[in-house]
Amino acid sequence: MRQGNIQVDPQGRLRHFLTIEGLTPSILTEILDTAESFAATSEQAVKKLPLLRGKTIVNLFFEPSTRTRTTFELAAKRLSADVLNINVSASSTTKGESLLDTLRNLEAMYCDMFVVRHAESGAAHFIAQHVAPHVSVINAGDGSHAHPTQAILDMFTVRRHKGDFGKLCVAIVGDILHSRVARSQIHALTTLGVPEVRVIAPHTLLPAQIETLGVHVYHDLREGLRDVDVIMMLRLQRERMQGALLPSEREYFHLYGLTEEKLAYARPDVIIMHPGPINRGVEMDSAVADGPRSVILQQVSHGIAVRMAIMTLAMRVRPLAAEAGEAMTARKTK
Amino acid sequence: MRLRISGGRVIDPAQGVDKVQDVYVAEGKIAALGKAPDGFTADREIVVRHQVVCPGLIDLCARLREPGQPHKATIASETAAAASAGITTLCCPPDTDPVIDTPAVVELIHHRAAQAGTARILPLGALTKGLAGNEIAEMMALTETGCVAISNAGRPVTNTLVMRRAMEYAATHDLLLILRAQDYWLSHGGCAHEGKVSTRLGLPGIPESAETAGLARDLLLIEQTGVRAHFGQLSTARAVQMIGRAQHDGLPVSADVSAHQLHLTEMDLGHFDSACHVSPPLRTLRDRDGLRKGLADGVIAVVCSDHQPHDPDAKLLPFTETEPGISALESLLPLTLRLVDEGVLSLTEALARLTSQPARILGIEAGSLAIGKPADICIYDPDRYWALSAATLISHGHNTPFLGWEFKGRVTHTLLGGRLVYVTDSQ
Repeated sequence: MRQGNIQVDPQGRLRHFLTIEGLTPSILTEILDTAESFAATSEQAVKKLPLLRGKTIVNLFFEPSTRTRTTFELAAKRLSADVLNINVSASSTTKGESLLDTLRNLEAMYCDMFVVRHAESGAAHFIAQHVAPHVSVINAGDGSHAHPTQAILDMFTVRRHKGDFGKLCVAIVGDILHSRVARSQIHALTTLGVPEVRVIAPHTLLPAQIETLGVHVYHDLREGLRDVDVIMMLRLQRERMQGALLPSEREYFHLYGLTEEKLAYARPDVIIMHPGPINRGVEMDSAVADGPRSVILQQVSHGIAVRMAIMTLAMRVRPLAAEAGEAMTARKTK
Repeated sequence: MRLRISGGRVIDPAQGVDKVQDVYVAEGKIAALGKAPDGFTADREIVVRHQVVCPGLIDLCARLREPGQPHKATIASETAAAASAGITTLCCPPDTDPVIDTPAVVELIHHRAAQAGTARILPLGALTKGLAGNEIAEMMALTETGCVAISNAGRPVTNTLVMRRAMEYAATHDLLLILRAQDYWLSHGGCAHEGKVSTRLGLPGIPESAETAGLARDLLLIEQTGVRAHFGQLSTARAVQMIGRAQHDGLPVSADVSAHQLHLTEMDLGHFDSACHVSPPLRTLRDRDGLRKGLADGVIAVVCSDHQPHDPDAKLLPFTETEPGISALESLLPLTLRLVDEGVLSLTEALARLTSQPARILGIEAGSLAIGKPADICIYDPDRYWALSAATLISHGHNTPFLGWEFKGRVTHTLLGGRLVYVTDSQ
């Protein structure tokens, strides 16, 4: 039996955050707007808000990722939630406990939200399909499928620099085949109305029929970068050299590595993004990574505000507060 | 026991029969059609007006999970499910545990089938020892014990020389090979058709060439060795074209398709629906239409179930970690009959692909209501609507994407060797 979009409730509000695909532009904009208010809070001396006080958030990581886990932990703590970090690969599954057993046990401890990182595509959907009704699931990266919070923080960064999505030309460069980040970026960019999204990679790093996602395919970096406003570089895993996908890091850098010379093909005000960590000398030159057009560190800062926004929206904190405010206004009017 | 089945529409594709007439059964065999033999007095009469009486169905590929995985299913449970679906003969591939590569395993299966007594089981013997693809198995010993054909199940023989030797040996003894066309390296690690859906979901893909490259190799070796070969569970339109071309060139090859491949496509994966995780994967709409065309043209001779019952835990995981396969015995006939309603096949053609054609390929005494043949009979009500539900599935495996589907055509009686092995509750 087919399931509909389990990410939104019958009122169209965010319930789980699993993938960008299927979310409306208004939901994405609401997340970006909410993140904007949290970004301002982060710049203040006291950064903590009581919005999720009394809630328990579990970082359920089935594959290691210190960076992503830390940003989720920090976001949850800034919202005053209690945070539990569980590295599942090192504990229960090695004892033969099934994924569903792990979930049931955590649910029995009255947790309110699972932030899930898993090596298999679809894992976050699977968990969302089986959690108790009061639990929300946020996908912190599943296989090659989706990394939606990363995509939203990228959109947040783009919006802060470029304002209007409706006139942009964006290039995504590198290992699209294995990249959950790229898939989520593509969905986010097309949903927000970016008229031209390009992917630039050799055939071996492009999934079949990628153009069906609404992108233009380029194999030549210089040609692909011509007149772009935003360049989103992807991380290249070193093991790709062993799978006959690429001949060598040197050749990859020669053809697809971002240098000042290749950057000259883009618009002068181009911004350069990367989900991190960067392989310097493979994906890009240090001069580019640390140069004036790089917004890579800003992406990291924005990650906290964006994750705070997604957590509050999925937990219905802001919508409920807004509803209460509207009800109060209505009573006063009467 | 002498039996008269009266008033039904008898359809026997093997004889070209489609007529309302009575069927007479004596001593487990068909005694006559239409007019009673001289001196025939029935001990029992089954009145089946407005129903179709056809040969019991023959399923070329059904995993029964025994020996080896009784937590998923048993020979008793699955032959009971088969009987309820009008299937009287099942071929079980050799990827049991232990593998069917010794006569002892064949005898065990026959013993359990006899104990269950609700369907005939024809084991397929292993092509290579342990299905490992390194050494050829004792094919003759296996066929002498009762294996009807030789197969490596879904395990690819990666070593082309071993495959050539296996074909040469099988050809020497005129054995039938049942093969799955696949290139190990191209399909390895994949779990969905490589295309727009696998790209969208980030699932490792299995390209069309995994099937066609494997098929091309095997066809070249068949041409060289002259072995009789049947390709099971085709999934791509291109492979159908290649089989058609090989048949045109006179190669002794035939093919089947799983019923689910004729109705589902990659789009049915939706948001990681593990019930649709099958091997070979669900392909594109173009492939589905190509398979249907191949079936209508006769290039594909048989529809099989590719029945693979699983325990619930096998499907309660992230998509890539789930086990492939559908519990499919009970949807085989209704999915094939749906092709008649959709104008793909005539009713006689559809029933031929479930009865006379698999019997012809295997060279067995079944799949026909000719006088003297075993009285393996399926009777179904062509006008009865019913819905497939977990509550009514007899198979121990409830892993099917067809739960909730409404079907037309319900089996009411199944006879095996003249013995009633299934009667629907409402009869």
